[in-house]
Amino acid sequence: MNEQFKRRIAAGALIVAFFVTWEALCILLGVSDLVLPRPSQVFTTLFTRINVLWPHIVQTLMTTMVGFACGVSVGVIIGSVIGVSRTAYDTAYPLLIGFSSIPKVAVVPIFVLWFGSGTVPAILTAIVICFFPIVVNIATGLATTEPEQEDTLKALGASKFDILWNVGLPRTMPFFFAALKVAITYAFVGTVLSETVASNRGIGNVMMSASSNFDVPLVFAGLFILAGMGVTLYAIFSAIEGRVIGWATRKNEIAT
Amino acid sequence: MHTLLVMNSMHKLTPSPVGSQIAAAQRHIRTPAVELSQATVTFGRGDNQVPALSETSLKIGDGEFLALVGPSGCGKSTILKLAAGLIKPTTGAVFVGGREVEAKALRIGMAFQNPTLLPWLTIEKNVMMPLKIVRPFRHEFRAKKKTEFRDRVHALLEEVGLKGFANHYPWQLSGGMLQRANLCRALVHEPRLLLLDEPFGALDQFTREELWSTLQDLWLKLKPTVLLVTHDLKEAGYLAERICVMSARPGRILDDSAVNFPRPRTVEMTFEPGFVELNQRLRGLIVEARSGNTATSEVRP
Ligand SMILES: Nc1ncnc2c1ncn2[C@@H]1O[C@H](COP(=O)(O)OP(=O)(O)OP(=O)(O)O)[C@@H](O)[C@H]1O
Ligand SMILES: [Mg+2]
Repeated sequence: MNEQFKRRIAAGALIVAFFVTWEALCILLGVSDLVLPRPSQVFTTLFTRINVLWPHIVQTLMTTMVGFACGVSVGVIIGSVIGVSRTAYDTAYPLLIGFSSIPKVAVVPIFVLWFGSGTVPAILTAIVICFFPIVVNIATGLATTEPEQEDTLKALGASKFDILWNVGLPRTMPFFFAALKVAITYAFVGTVLSETVASNRGIGNVMMSASSNFDVPLVFAGLFILAGMGVTLYAIFSAIEGRVIGWATRKNEIAT
Repeated sequence: MHTLLVMNSMHKLTPSPVGSQIAAAQRHIRTPAVELSQATVTFGRGDNQVPALSETSLKIGDGEFLALVGPSGCGKSTILKLAAGLIKPTTGAVFVGGREVEAKALRIGMAFQNPTLLPWLTIEKNVMMPLKIVRPFRHEFRAKKKTEFRDRVHALLEEVGLKGFANHYPWQLSGGMLQRANLCRALVHEPRLLLLDEPFGALDQFTREELWSTLQDLWLKLKPTVLLVTHDLKEAGYLAERICVMSARPGRILDDSAVNFPRPRTVEMTFEPGFVELNQRLRGLIVEARSGNTATSEVRP
């Protein structure tokens, strides 16, 4: 049995143990399901009401993916510009820091004001909340490219674009993937935040209306769905990461 | 058996203007591939200034093989970087292929002192990189010749004893192996100007001698202009047509000797009296340069 398999088993076991403990504590302490429903109740709700939940799941997932994709694109472009040019770095950084310090809850009403409620403000919120880690990581990756690596291409008469393409970007990949994994979870937060405030669709909205109806198991079902989607997307990016930047982690260093 | 002839173009050093001493050895060069004209390089600014090179003039003829020796830190790598256009002289000028350096009038191959292979590429892809960048290969690279290029890379790797490592990543190779891959990358696009910065420094004597012979064959066949930095005087004598000795930092050229042993040279020749004599004379010059008593430019602020 190899090392990686053992680790997976351990991770799975921890999750199962978490739910079992939760269930046991609820039963032992007699917690009301208006306060904290048992996981078994949550899962039951999830499965019996999947028909109702499904369109909302799709809505939230699509909104998040669109927002994430746009956020990443914007982030990569801004990050590249800032990372390549020292001047742009110094000029734009204060503004970006200021921008990222704004609590994103505060921008949702503004988006609603501009675009009405629904999908558009959710996408925009996802974008503004997830593009910043991408910018910072891409910019850092590019700005810290080793001059020696660039010199090998410069000596050959390579253009700026050649250097960016062959040295800058590949070198930045580990930073980029680290940022992607943060950004995807942020994008979910952004979408759900906006849905909670200003939408009649999506998991965020479901949880909001469920909580005003004291349908606590449904609120938790929403949470579980979000957690599940987050973990799934994280896992997908991890898998891609492993393939793309194996060089950075030096996989299979020693034969076993 | 051979007529070993070592021409020393210069006599003992006097602390007089350096340019005039060197001029004699270089007068015959009509079309220099590389020309440094009173080039000074100062790194840093303010209090952290490091003068690396002081008013160095040097001409390297087209197709010439020049070795550059001198104490550590004297500015040898700096000269190579000037020739490659990676840095600009603080004062003075550098011409490559008759033009100021940025123009990239010559196809340049450079092996850096520290093998700077890109860690995300396999050895094969690393060595292939110049073909992807440099004209005319870069157009062919897309079109059709990828397999042809791959064969060329594999042949080159085999020649330096790296057969079977094409698909390894740089971190999977030893220091000496990296250096050989680094050399391959400098050679793969058949450059007209070859800049080699201690390319054999991390290798054992026998591998080194093998590669001397490989490099000599290549030079005899294609006649690129070569600028070789080395600490190994035997290596300089074996390979070069001309050897320049540099002073301690900030560097200047102290001595410029032609090496006229017949080609192709062999390792056996390095034991012959003329060769040994050359070695000893160069050694004396470097010892003197190291002790610093020849540095005339030490007075600058
Ligand atoms: N990027 C840099 N910034 C500041 N100083 C530098 C830089 N590069 C080189 N120097 C200085 O310039 C001097 C000459 O450096 P150079 O690398 O040309 O030496 P070298 O002759 O190649 O030495 P070695 O034989 O040890 O490789 C050194 O004293 C070094 O401190
Ligand atoms: Mg050096």
